[in-house]
Amino acid sequence: MEITFLAISAIKIFVFTFVITLPMIAYSTYAERRVSAILQDRVGPNRVGIPLTLFGGKKDWKFFGLLQPLADGLKGLLKEDFTPAHVRKNYYWIAPALTAVPAFVTVCVIPFGSEITIFGETVKLVIADIGIGPLFIFAIASLSVYGITIAGWASNSKYPFLGGVRACAQMISYEIALGLSIVPVLMVFGMLNLSDIVNEQAINGWLIFPAWGEGLTNPDTGNFNLGRWLLVIPLLISFFIFTVSIFAETNRMPFDLPECETELVGGYHTEYSSMKFALFFMGEYAAMIVGSALIVTVFFGGWSLGFGLDAKWLMDEAGNWKAYAGLVHLGAFLTKVVAFIVFFVWVRWTVPRFRYDQLMKLGWVVFFELALVNIFLTAGIMWWLAR
Amino acid sequence: MHSLAFYLFSAIAVAGAVCLVTFRSPVTSAMSMVVSFLGLAALFVGLNAFFVGVIQVLVYAGAIMVLFIFIIMLLDLNSEERSKTCPALLVASLLIPALFMCQLLGVLQSTENESPKALPLTTAAAHFELDGKETKISQSLKGGDLPDVHLLGEKLFTRYNFPLQVVGVLLLVATIGVVSLSKKGSDRTAKPADQ
Repeated sequence: MEITFLAISAIKIFVFTFVITLPMIAYSTYAERRVSAILQDRVGPNRVGIPLTLFGGKKDWKFFGLLQPLADGLKGLLKEDFTPAHVRKNYYWIAPALTAVPAFVTVCVIPFGSEITIFGETVKLVIADIGIGPLFIFAIASLSVYGITIAGWASNSKYPFLGGVRACAQMISYEIALGLSIVPVLMVFGMLNLSDIVNEQAINGWLIFPAWGEGLTNPDTGNFNLGRWLLVIPLLISFFIFTVSIFAETNRMPFDLPECETELVGGYHTEYSSMKFALFFMGEYAAMIVGSALIVTVFFGGWSLGFGLDAKWLMDEAGNWKAYAGLVHLGAFLTKVVAFIVFFVWVRWTVPRFRYDQLMKLGWVVFFELALVNIFLTAGIMWWLAR
Repeated sequence: MHSLAFYLFSAIAVAGAVCLVTFRSPVTSAMSMVVSFLGLAALFVGLNAFFVGVIQVLVYAGAIMVLFIFIIMLLDLNSEERSKTCPALLVASLLIPALFMCQLLGVLQSTENESPKALPLTTAAAHFELDGKETKISQSLKGGDLPDVHLLGEKLFTRYNFPLQVVGVLLLVATIGVVSLSKKGSDRTAKPADQ
């Protein structure tokens, strides 16, 4: 038992981080460049494929430039890793790892699918099925601020330092809005286990779109469930605050003040080169992917197909998942996550950058209060419904 | 397996604490404190107290220590210089831990060393039923899980509700106090420059 558990966990860790998340990071950079090219009426990287002409072929295979991320990764590894003389060496070296590692660790509580059955063994498609999923993600993600701050400080020069200080202040501020905005969600679900949250949504309707299950028929009266639809109002506010805060937490475009090139050269990673520089970007994209996954899991039903299709197509008569249900769910989940990544990219190339004081004002004066009011609004509606 | 993890994370926590007091650079000290907190959090998780462990990381390692480091970097504190040791301080710093160790040893000797038993979850579930009806806590207890977040919340908001509210008000007062104090000072200095 113990051995099989360890073996299955090891396989899950390998598959979810190295086979799914890592290529997703690579192809997010590709998507970023291609989508931005579409938005700006350019072509984008469309050349890197298999260079058959090198081996005497007539024509290269281009594959729409799909091998570009591989070439970029190779470039990152082969470029000179230059350490400036004025940096604080130990911290300069550890900072990129401190940024990248927390983002990867948070992958472990994301439910990628329901469960698959192989050789009679039922495997849940989540690495660690713990009862405090969202809190765990917030806790670990809050550690990634060290990497950026330390990078800015260890570089020992002006612009990186300013970038590091900005990142530190920004991430602490938006963590508050992030944490408070998810409270109404937890009040509605009454639990913190992400797998159970998704299961609940598969049966009773996605959190902000409950168009089947309990969302249509009230379990107590059998009538149309107007109260559940009333709850969608505060939950939409939650969704809005949560999504915008994820943008700020991951230092994505409208809020990428820590690395804003018009003011700070490159921000905290100005003094970094080659793979260390790439690690910062991997950390940022990994955080973006985990953020998208968290939004999908909490608000859009995670791996569930929705519309009652999970029960209809993927369950047997006894109410158990069919053997291949997990794979279908994995596909559904990844589709939703990719949609959100494209949304993140789209916003980056559409919305201009905020000013730093506007960013702070938005976090502390607008979102903090709005999230607090939203909690009371949710509590009021729930109390009124429970009467 | 469990004891291996326990020794590993206790070693990390202790090593972090030792580094905290031995290193002279303030940033290194602060970072070792973070490491120590992470070790502690892992120990809490090992005790099935997931919520306490995660809050330890979220609040101490993720927020308070970040502020510490922020301040240290902004003030650009250099390495602490070796000051002369005062004999009275030295005696006190040896005496107090020694007393604490004595008490710890006394407690450890008076308790019997028995291997931990599994918690009787199903019998405990009966305590959390409300008027014979099943609650979320009793359901998950019957299912063999320990719903530590629900249990903690239940205790906090029923039995310890009053202290909780008082602490909340205290924190609010402290926050308002800090804001008003800092506002007052900045007004006096900022006004001539503005006008």
